[in-house]
Amino acid sequence: MSDPVETTVGQTADAVPPPPPRQRRLADAWRELKKAPMSAKFGLVVIVGYVFVALFAPVLTPFGESEIVGAEFEEWGTVGAEGKQFILGTDNLGRDMLTRLLYGARNTIGIAFVTTCLAFLIGGVAGILAAALAGWVDQALSRFVDILMAIPALIFALLLLTIFGTSIPVLIVIIAVLDSTRVFRLARAVSLNVVVMDFVEAARLRGEGIGWITIREVLPNIMPPMVAEFGLRFCFVFLTIAALSFLGLGIQPPTADWGSMVRDNATLITYGDVTPLLPAAAIALLTVGVNFVVDWFLHKTSGLRDEQ
Amino acid sequence: MNNNDNNESNSEVLLEMRGLRIDGQSDDEWHEIIKGIDITLHRGEVLGLIGESGAGKSTAGLAAMGYVHPGCRISGGSIVFDGIDLMSASEDEKRKLRGVRIAYVAQSAAASFNPAHKLIDQFSEIPVEHGKSSKDAAEADAKDLYGRLLLPDPDNIGYRYPHQVSGGQLQRAMTAMALACRPDLIIFDEPTTALDVTTQIEVLVTIRDIVRQFNAAAIYITHDLAVVAQMADRIMVLRYGELVEEADTDTMMADPKKEYTKTLWAVRSFKKQATGTYTDTSPLIRVENVTAAYGPLTVLHDISFDIHRGQTVAVVGESGSGKSTAARVITGLLPPKEGQVLVNNEPLPGDYRKRTKDQLRHAQMIYQMADTAVNPRHRIREIIGRPVAFYLGMKGDELENRICELLNLIELEPSQFIDRFPGELSGGQKQRVCIARALAAEPEFIICDEVTSALDQIVAEGILRLLDRLQRELDLAYMFITHDLATVRAISDEVIVMLQGRIVEHGPCAEMFTPPHHEYTDLLLSSVPEMDPNWLDGLMEKRRTEGVMESASTS
Repeated sequence: MSDPVETTVGQTADAVPPPPPRQRRLADAWRELKKAPMSAKFGLVVIVGYVFVALFAPVLTPFGESEIVGAEFEEWGTVGAEGKQFILGTDNLGRDMLTRLLYGARNTIGIAFVTTCLAFLIGGVAGILAAALAGWVDQALSRFVDILMAIPALIFALLLLTIFGTSIPVLIVIIAVLDSTRVFRLARAVSLNVVVMDFVEAARLRGEGIGWITIREVLPNIMPPMVAEFGLRFCFVFLTIAALSFLGLGIQPPTADWGSMVRDNATLITYGDVTPLLPAAAIALLTVGVNFVVDWFLHKTSGLRDEQ
Repeated sequence: MNNNDNNESNSEVLLEMRGLRIDGQSDDEWHEIIKGIDITLHRGEVLGLIGESGAGKSTAGLAAMGYVHPGCRISGGSIVFDGIDLMSASEDEKRKLRGVRIAYVAQSAAASFNPAHKLIDQFSEIPVEHGKSSKDAAEADAKDLYGRLLLPDPDNIGYRYPHQVSGGQLQRAMTAMALACRPDLIIFDEPTTALDVTTQIEVLVTIRDIVRQFNAAAIYITHDLAVVAQMADRIMVLRYGELVEEADTDTMMADPKKEYTKTLWAVRSFKKQATGTYTDTSPLIRVENVTAAYGPLTVLHDISFDIHRGQTVAVVGESGSGKSTAARVITGLLPPKEGQVLVNNEPLPGDYRKRTKDQLRHAQMIYQMADTAVNPRHRIREIIGRPVAFYLGMKGDELENRICELLNLIELEPSQFIDRFPGELSGGQKQRVCIARALAAEPEFIICDEVTSALDQIVAEGILRLLDRLQRELDLAYMFITHDLATVRAISDEVIVMLQGRIVEHGPCAEMFTPPHHEYTDLLLSSVPEMDPNWLDGLMEKRRTEGVMESASTS
């Protein structure tokens, strides 16, 4: 076609600036990071700090994880038998508090992370499948989730842990399954909005299998709410583990864990000593940090939606 | 609109915008969207703002309320409304004007109403909130306005929820809402674009009459020239945020000065080359006595038609006539209750899940909303490449070359577009990508479901030309679903007119546009706005004498 109107169309419709080349995507991400608000930066620093501590706990700590190094309940800054200082004192069995705090990061965060990933794998896949397949699959999955959610999560977890024992793999699976019900709800709800879109219909009419529709068509479009939920869910899992440990059914001694550390040293609270609150503060700080980052992420993705 | 007799009382300037400049933010940089526009509006005057999408007409319209979208800012100029400087007015002062003295009617009434509240509650919210009247008085006024806007059962319709009334009625309810405080200025932002022709005409008539009755000034924003010709006293043509031309409606329609305006006027000139008849060969697609239903509700009654290779069959009808359902039956999304669909004389399974890959490949679909038809998280490479890889099993360089070939076919430069996301494309480009995706399957038959109705005329024109060229090059058959008769006239070989799930008329395109017609076809044809500024008056006069309007408002 070479008539004048066609060329006008080409110019008016196609006059959009060229996209950035692929190599610049990393630079874009960095620029985005620099633009982030103070709260998000703070959150990121906290998270990176925790991850660093979790990874390098053995190098950073002066003592072994469950090594008894001094008397019980030493005060802050007491110098021990080997001439090393107990910066944060010792706990109820005479183990170094700082060492256990750092190892606690490793155990609690690691387990919480694995658990959350598993919960998202189960809940996310089931949720998208329920939305995409609809019909009896949706009914069966949704009602099963309803049944699981009808029982208070913590009590249900305690029950299951008593039945199956309290090893770490069992702990991870039980919390993941219980938490996946919440993830399922969210994944199904947001997927329902996506599966009615024309591009999903186009994929179905193309003859695509359920795997492609789930992973390639629906999943990328529900990522923003799912990632935000991941951040929040991670904190909840973290708190659940801490709560279970506090109740004695979570991570078992002598493995250091923030929840059980609060319980073990709880007697000190009676004497006005803040030491037992340190693990709690560690949990609080991480929770705040993660939520700052999640907020920023949510804000960013919702801003993008406005532009469309 | 020829209210010369009112001109004496109308000479007072109501709104004056001088050198208006508005910036929009994208990628941290400010771009000028409106580049210095002067708009003067007198009391009782209707100003038409036209231009293609992105011309800045909506932004300029909103600026008349002293409002800009988030991410935009007014960077220069002045906006004076009835002696009040909106640039320096506080947010609180502007809030007092909005809804009371300046009202806004949005394009999609369905999206602008709160689905959780009854129409009349939303109507009375504004006058009550602004302390203009009591709730009872406002409700009485609402009923009065509903009556004036020719809504059915004006005393009770207000107690329905937005989803319980039709799109055309909702648009009129929204106009009533805008009139609640008897504003001096109403801004109509494409109020009829989402409606089909027979509904559009009712809304146009009532809007125009009501604006006259209350002697309100109005800014009417649209991309449809024929519509603006009916509504406006004066027309301003915008492009790239700048004024192209401004003149009285009559002058503008009769004698446009600028080249760009002339191209806008000439857009409807596209006409497909006539093709031969197809009765000699066997049809590519044959729809045989199909009856289809959504649950207990039968929406298609015994439909039969043929589509031949290289032929375009347009299916026309208003919303709810079953034209999209017919497409769903052919694609297999809705298995028919009775009858069958044959391709090359072989019956297709009713359910798409039972069809073979090859049967699926042969019938492709292009959707109305290109925005939702492509996955926003996929790059163009994947959108177009997937059907190629899926059906034809191409990989690596072969696949890459084929994608580039397809992009060239739809007139998009491969190196520029292949790695973009759909969000980085304009509406017309997205629709082109959808066409490429359909072509990637190397089909024989494409269903085009209202493919141009979401696009403005110049872009739509380009899409139609592209489809026509592809049809000639690739010998494709199209089933073209539309409610726009100008499009039908331009591209179709055969036309099927549907009403309430039945085919009421069926024949070659040329025959369809020459009388005698079926009564309903006649209504459809006469509802298409024409460029003549006096067309609406003439038509209304004719319909009033013949009583055709009745059937339009009840359907």
